[in-house]
Amino acid sequence: MRGENFDTLSDLQIDVLREIGNIGAGNAATALSTMLSQRVDMGVPKVRIIDIKEIAAVLGGPENLVVGILVTIHKDVEGMMMFILEKQFAHLIINLLMGRDLTNFDSFEEMDLSALKEIGNIMVSSYVNAIASLTSQEIDISVPDIAIDMAGAILSVPAIEFGSIGDRVLLIEEEFSGGSDHVASYLMLIPKVDSLHKILEILGVKYE
Amino acid sequence: MSNPIIVGISDLNVTLSPGVLVSYALGSCVGICLYDSTTRIAGLSHIMLPSITGFKKDANIMKFADTATVELVRRMENLGAKRSRMVAKIAGGAQMFSQQGISDAAQIGNRNISATKEVLRSLNIKLVAEDTGLNYGRTVEFFAETGLLRVKSISYGTKEI
Repeated sequence: MRGENFDTLSDLQIDVLREIGNIGAGNAATALSTMLSQRVDMGVPKVRIIDIKEIAAVLGGPENLVVGILVTIHKDVEGMMMFILEKQFAHLIINLLMGRDLTNFDSFEEMDLSALKEIGNIMVSSYVNAIASLTSQEIDISVPDIAIDMAGAILSVPAIEFGSIGDRVLLIEEEFSGGSDHVASYLMLIPKVDSLHKILEILGVKYE
Repeated sequence: MSNPIIVGISDLNVTLSPGVLVSYALGSCVGICLYDSTTRIAGLSHIMLPSITGFKKDANIMKFADTATVELVRRMENLGAKRSRMVAKIAGGAQMFSQQGISDAAQIGNRNISATKEVLRSLNIKLVAEDTGLNYGRTVEFFAETGLLRVKSISYGTKEI
């Protein structure tokens, strides 16, 4: 029986997705260290299959201000990926990158938004590369798009996109530390159903 | 003020005065508020898609503008409201990401708004106020005592309609 979405995955399949998450997160930490010219350590990422309605709570409540960077993925694997940072994390990254005082929390300028998009791009690419190399599939990603707003409002976009299929998504939570700061980021993978099956089948954990 | 009744995504609820209905952080979703001022019965529906057409029969009717609005009217009538007295206020239907314009899913905020207006027309319920579209999230609070709708956003503050 062919499953329909994340609701029907077996433990083994979830383990495989978790491993993709681990490899992707490793790539991401390296990329971030390079970009910021600073050592960035990362805890073991938490990978879970979660009801999309519960994600807002994980992000500090539906009205919490977050930064969301959205890309669509194409070619052999299709779907959407969204990278979400707590606003504090976004400020920290921008301050490090632009060589500003770390206590600067002024609103983001146009240049800062471009930089955040690029970071989102790098983070998403880290995961896409992990999936692409493990599955030998070609995956293209779109130009990233950014929104800074209430978590719930930002999440409504993937929720709607995915709402016609199922209500659960793959959420990878990472905690980074650099110096004395600890910050969290989240990555949501929302493949189209066929693409999810394809990934799992190539990795040898197909539906029975 | 009594404790607000929270209406989540793809959900709806009704209340008598002085109840307050709240939906947090509407993005492309639409909050549909119906009010009968004679009985002071209020209803709020938080829809995420325009129409149930094409979906499975067991789909959640509260997810779609067309079916949710009909259900909301029914629930209000059960409490004693009359459809002929109802008026509507709506909020939400934003386009959170600019690029969404490229894909079909994109215009979903606009499509949610149009579908909502269409179902209201078909039910002969007058739309008296709206705060819709653009590109930001909104939290709505709907007061059964007065029929007032308070819309809050991060960048544009609070407005009452």
